[in-house]
Amino acid sequence: MLQLDGITRSFGDRRVLDDVGFSVERGKLTGFVGGNGAGKTTTMRIILGVLTRDSGTITFDGEPLGDHQRRAFGYMPEERGLYPKMHVLDQITYLARLHGFDRRAAAERARDLLEKLGLGERLDSPVDDLSLGNQQRAQIAAALVHDPEVLILDEPFSGLDPMAVDVVLGVLQEYASRGVPVLFSSHQLDVVERLCDDVVVIAGGQIRASGEKEALRRQYSAPRYEITSGGDMGWLRTEPGVQVVEFDGGYALFDADEATAQRVLRAALDAAPVAQFAPVRPRLAEIFRDIVTDEQRHDDEPAATTPKETVR
Amino acid sequence: MSTPTPTRPARPAVPGTAQATLLVAEREILSQLRTKSFVVSTVVMLALVLGGIVLTSLLGDRLGGGDTKVAVVPETAAVVADVDGLEAVDAADADAARELVESEEVSAAVLPDDAADNPLGFVVVGLDSAPEGVLGALSVSPPVELLDEADTSAGVRYLVSILFGAVFLFAASSFGGQIAQNTVQEKQSRIVEILLSTVPPRALLAGKILGNTVLAVGQIAAIAAVAVIGLVITGQDDLLGLVGAPVAWFVVFFLVGFILLAALFASAASLVSRIEDTGSVLMPVIMLVMIPYFAVIFFNDNDLVLTIMSYVPFSAAVGMPVRLFLGTAAWWEPLLSLAILAGSALLVTAIGARIYSRSVLRTGRRVTLSEALSKSS
Repeated sequence: MLQLDGITRSFGDRRVLDDVGFSVERGKLTGFVGGNGAGKTTTMRIILGVLTRDSGTITFDGEPLGDHQRRAFGYMPEERGLYPKMHVLDQITYLARLHGFDRRAAAERARDLLEKLGLGERLDSPVDDLSLGNQQRAQIAAALVHDPEVLILDEPFSGLDPMAVDVVLGVLQEYASRGVPVLFSSHQLDVVERLCDDVVVIAGGQIRASGEKEALRRQYSAPRYEITSGGDMGWLRTEPGVQVVEFDGGYALFDADEATAQRVLRAALDAAPVAQFAPVRPRLAEIFRDIVTDEQRHDDEPAATTPKETVR
Repeated sequence: MSTPTPTRPARPAVPGTAQATLLVAEREILSQLRTKSFVVSTVVMLALVLGGIVLTSLLGDRLGGGDTKVAVVPETAAVVADVDGLEAVDAADADAARELVESEEVSAAVLPDDAADNPLGFVVVGLDSAPEGVLGALSVSPPVELLDEADTSAGVRYLVSILFGAVFLFAASSFGGQIAQNTVQEKQSRIVEILLSTVPPRALLAGKILGNTVLAVGQIAAIAAVAVIGLVITGQDDLLGLVGAPVAWFVVFFLVGFILLAALFASAASLVSRIEDTGSVLMPVIMLVMIPYFAVIFFNDNDLVLTIMSYVPFSAAVGMPVRLFLGTAAWWEPLLSLAILAGSALLVTAIGARIYSRSVLRTGRRVTLSEALSKSS
C-alpha cells in the first residue's frame, strides 16, 4: 500500500499542495480526480521523486519510500514523452534495459507488451509516425514494460478512443488484480467513477475526499429515497423529518434518515400497493461537480517568484 | 482489507549508475549512427580530407615538382637538356616552336638569338607573360646562406594552425550542438521524466557526455587516420613526420577538452525547455568554442598568445598541438597542459551535473543559473 501523509509543496510563495494525504491500496484501481491546476500532476511527480516535497511523508508497505523502490514504479507522465525519431520497439526495449533486463529479455518483453496493446504492426515505426491513440499505447507500454510494482499514470485515458480505453483499462485491471497499487488521474469524474474502486478528490491543492467509491457516495450525499406507489403520495409533504425533493402523483423523491424512511414505507404500504422503494445515491460526478473545477492558471503572475512548472 | 501479496518472478537487479551510464551512451551512439545525415556528413568529410590531400599532391606536382615543357629547336636543345625541371620538346624550326607555344602545348620555347647585346645567344618565347618557371630554371643565382632559418614556412604554419582550429571548431560545435539538442528534446518531449524515474540524473548526463565523446573522438580519429593514409599513398611521408605527433596529441587533448565542452553544452541546454530557446543559452558556450579557432588564425605567429592558448583549458586542444608542430613547446608542456585541462574538465562536469540535475525537470520559463546552482530546489 502506498501512503501519503501531510505532503506540502510551494512554488515560490504559492502553495500548490497543502497537507495532501491519501492511500493507494493493493489490488485496487484508485482514481485521482481534480480540475486542471488542482495539484494532481505535482502530487504524482512527488510520488515518483522527480519533484521534491517541502514536507510530509510517503511510505510504501509501511516503509519510507526511497529511490530504490521507486525504480520499480511504472510512470506515465501527463505530457507524453518518448523519443520522436526512435522506433517503438527499440524505445520500449531501451526502457526495459534501463530497468535491468538484459538485451534479449528486454526486447522480448517489449514485443509481447506492444502486441498485447495492439501495436504489433507498428513495432518498427518511429513514434512520430504513430497516430495519437497509438502513441498513447506506446506510452503505456513504456510505463509497464518492467512489470512495475506500483503504477502511477497521469491522465492515461485522455485522447484515447473507446476501444483503446478498454484495452488500457483491461491491462490496468490485470495489474491491480495481481496486487499492484494503481493510481491514475483524470479530470473527468464520470470516467473515474466508472473505472475505479477508490477515489481521491483534490481541489486547490487539498484533498477533499478519499476512499472507497460507494462509501464516498454514502458519506457525501444526504440519505435520499424514491418511492412509487399506486396511490397519491401527497401526504408525504406533511410527514415530519421528510424533505420532498420531487413529487409527481404516486412518485416521490425525498430526503429522510433511515428510520423515517422505513416509517414512510410502512405508511405507504398501508395506504396503497407500493411498486418501488429504494435508496437513491447520487453519482460522484454530481456530488463533486462543484469541487472538481479548473483552477485559475497563474501563468500571468510575475515570473520571478513563480515558475510556471507543474501546476496541474 | 485482504491484501494479495504479489507473487511474481524476481525482478532483475536495478542497474547501477555505471551500467545505466553505459546504456544511455549506447543509445546516444546508436541513434546517432542510424541518422542518415550523420553518416553522410561523416563520409563526405572523410572523402574531402582524403581528396584534399591527394589533390594538393597532384597540384603540387603540376605547379612545382613536375617538369615544365619547353619547345626547343636543334640549335638550343643543349641549353635545356641538363636543366632540372624542364622537359625539352623538339620542334623542327623556330616557327614550329612558336606554334607549340601558341597552342599552349608547351609553356615556352627556347630559340636561338643572334643579337649582339644578348650574351646568352638564345631567347625565351612566352605566350602572354614571361614564363617565370622557365626563366628561374634557366637563370643562375648565387648560393644563399641563412643565419636564422625558420623551421617552418609561414604558409605551412598558417595552414596547420587553421586545420587544427577548424577541425576542433567543427567537431566540438557539431557534437556539442547534438548534445544540447538531445537534452532539450528529452526535456521538451518529457521523456526525461520517465528516464529520471528510472535512472539518476548523473547517469543520464554522464551517458550523454560519454556517448557523444566517443562519437566525436571517433570522428576525429577517423579524420586523422584518413589524413595519414592520404599522406602515405601520395608519398608525402616526410610531412607525416612533422605533423604525426601533434595530430596524436590533438586527439588526446580533444578527448579531454570535449568532455569539458559536452558538460557545458548539456547543462546550458538543460536550462531551457524548447528547442527554439537553445540559441540564447548556448551562445556563451559557442563563443568558447569559436575563440580558439579565431585566435589561432590571427595569432599563429605570436608565440606569447599561442603559449597562453596552449594552457587555457578551452583552447589547449588547438594551441598545444600547434605549438608542438612549430616545435616551440618543451616535452613536459603538453603533459602539464593536459593535467590542467583534465582538472578543469572534472570541475566543470561536477558543476554541470549539478545544474543539469536541478534544471532538467523544470519546464516552462528558462531556469536562471543562480536558481540551478542554489541550495534549495
